[in-house]
Amino acid sequence: MSELTELGIAAIRDGVAKGDFTATEVAGAFNAAVAEANPALNAFIVTTPDHALAAAAKVDAARSSGQPLGKLAGVPIGMKDLFATEGVQTTAASHILEGFIPPYESTVSQKLWDAGAGMLGKLNLDQFAMGSSNETSAFGNVISPWRATGDTAARAPGGSSGGSSSAVAARIAAAATGTDTGGSIRQPAAFTGISGIKPTYGRCSRWGIVAFASSLDQAGPMARDVTDCAIMLEAMAGFDPKDSTSLDLPVPQWSTNLSDDLKGLKVGIPREYRLDGLNADVAKSWDDGIAWLKDAGAQVVDISLPHTRYALPTYYIIAPAEASSNLARYDGVRYGLRELPEGAGLQDMYAATRAAGFGPEVKRRILIGTYVLSAGFYDAYYTQAQKVRTLIARDFENAFKEVDVILTPTAPTSAFALGEKTSDPLEMYLNDVFSVPASLAGLPAMSVPAGLDGAGLPLGLHLIGRPFDEQGVLNAGLAIERRAGFAAKPAKWW
Amino acid sequence: MSVAPADVAKIATLARIKVTEAELSAMVPELNGILAWVEQLGEVDVTGVEPMTAVIPNHLRLRADVVGADPLTGGDIRDKVLANAPAPEHGFFGVPKVIE
Repeated sequence: MSELTELGIAAIRDGVAKGDFTATEVAGAFNAAVAEANPALNAFIVTTPDHALAAAAKVDAARSSGQPLGKLAGVPIGMKDLFATEGVQTTAASHILEGFIPPYESTVSQKLWDAGAGMLGKLNLDQFAMGSSNETSAFGNVISPWRATGDTAARAPGGSSGGSSSAVAARIAAAATGTDTGGSIRQPAAFTGISGIKPTYGRCSRWGIVAFASSLDQAGPMARDVTDCAIMLEAMAGFDPKDSTSLDLPVPQWSTNLSDDLKGLKVGIPREYRLDGLNADVAKSWDDGIAWLKDAGAQVVDISLPHTRYALPTYYIIAPAEASSNLARYDGVRYGLRELPEGAGLQDMYAATRAAGFGPEVKRRILIGTYVLSAGFYDAYYTQAQKVRTLIARDFENAFKEVDVILTPTAPTSAFALGEKTSDPLEMYLNDVFSVPASLAGLPAMSVPAGLDGAGLPLGLHLIGRPFDEQGVLNAGLAIERRAGFAAKPAKWW
Repeated sequence: MSVAPADVAKIATLARIKVTEAELSAMVPELNGILAWVEQLGEVDVTGVEPMTAVIPNHLRLRADVVGADPLTGGDIRDKVLANAPAPEHGFFGVPKVIE
């Protein structure tokens, strides 16, 4: 039954509803695919085949008794291990949370189960979502199913949602949840030839998601195509009183309103994103994207986002500052790891626990964050960064007076090899150059596959929309998807 | 501004992370590299610009003043709260001696 794993959300849901196959058959096929591939890809930290089968049995029973089926009825998905799942270990890929069993369910995951989805397992990620290659996980690197032509070197699946991207691209999950703080949905989607959308800040509840940088963190779907992203986002989004930044707005029916007719739409091309020495394949795919959107009826306009070059340094002050505060909760007292050296007092226990529990990148960011928030430096670093963030958001506000959506590449290169960028943290940070500005401005943004580069690796195109205009982003994404005709899949080597 | 080993040791103490001498000497150039890079923000003219407080305008809500109105965030779940504690004692979080 391996062909069932070729199906995405819409095809599975419709096939189950019509009775072409049962949800139990689908769950069984994906469980088997996970069991076969995970030793090679390391996409899942834990697998939960029983959860997937139990959810499927409920859907099959509901169908045979004629009850209405949910938006994701019978769809087995992977859950990024940043979402608290009741009774199932939740680690944020950190040793400090190893063995933590949440006694509650995150709002977003609960909504997905309520919509009829089942869980294949908890997906690996960069530790506390800090990384762009999934090489900071305490549970080992995730391997991308993609390989460059004529090369067997392990490629990065992107990060931080690297388990999610790897699993969806390898067809061992129909879709997966991701979270995006500075590009953690979009960059991995681009690296693995799948689609992913970060909605407007506040669309998806952050309640029950392990916090990294609270003013930036947003959950979103990662799936095979734009339609699947729209369906899954409808199930994930919605007001939640338990998150003080949750948007109290109705959830639009994005999937039913999808249209690739872009007549009258204005698409902005920001000149500051055309970096000196931009990779030629990336530049070409950007030009292809412009041609496709024109073909769909859009008018293309040259725009300026003058503070673009300051977005990354702004992000690398604000995100670590918020992280240093959020991660103060890991103290060895209430949950997670405790290191208590012989004769140690409370302060020594804190320091020993955090030294043993956090990985090097997490420590680096906590120290940077602590420094930029410390007395004497707060104004020079943190306040200055928050002011520049205002200017970056204003750049977008001004651009959206002229245009409806903005098109850029998702990442400056295709997937690099594992180990290629781990020696210099700054070089890794630069991989998020195109995705971070939209995060700082809280805007909806998505990556869709555009084609393969010269090495046979996927490239993504990135669409940024006005606040609350996920529809505009999804429609432009659909227009690209239909014209790019991206059908490449990683050859199975595992 | 750049940091010396003593500065990094102080930050690590503030952050409650124990670092070895070897870790400290590896961190100093890394942190200085990152700090030198973020300092380019100093060249941006921010005269009259307010620091960002919320990316998407929203208002702060008050919940109903009812104990346990939402069972997920309400009280009376002591055992659940303690279930993941490394050293629960008599219904409390156990910690090493605080008073010297």
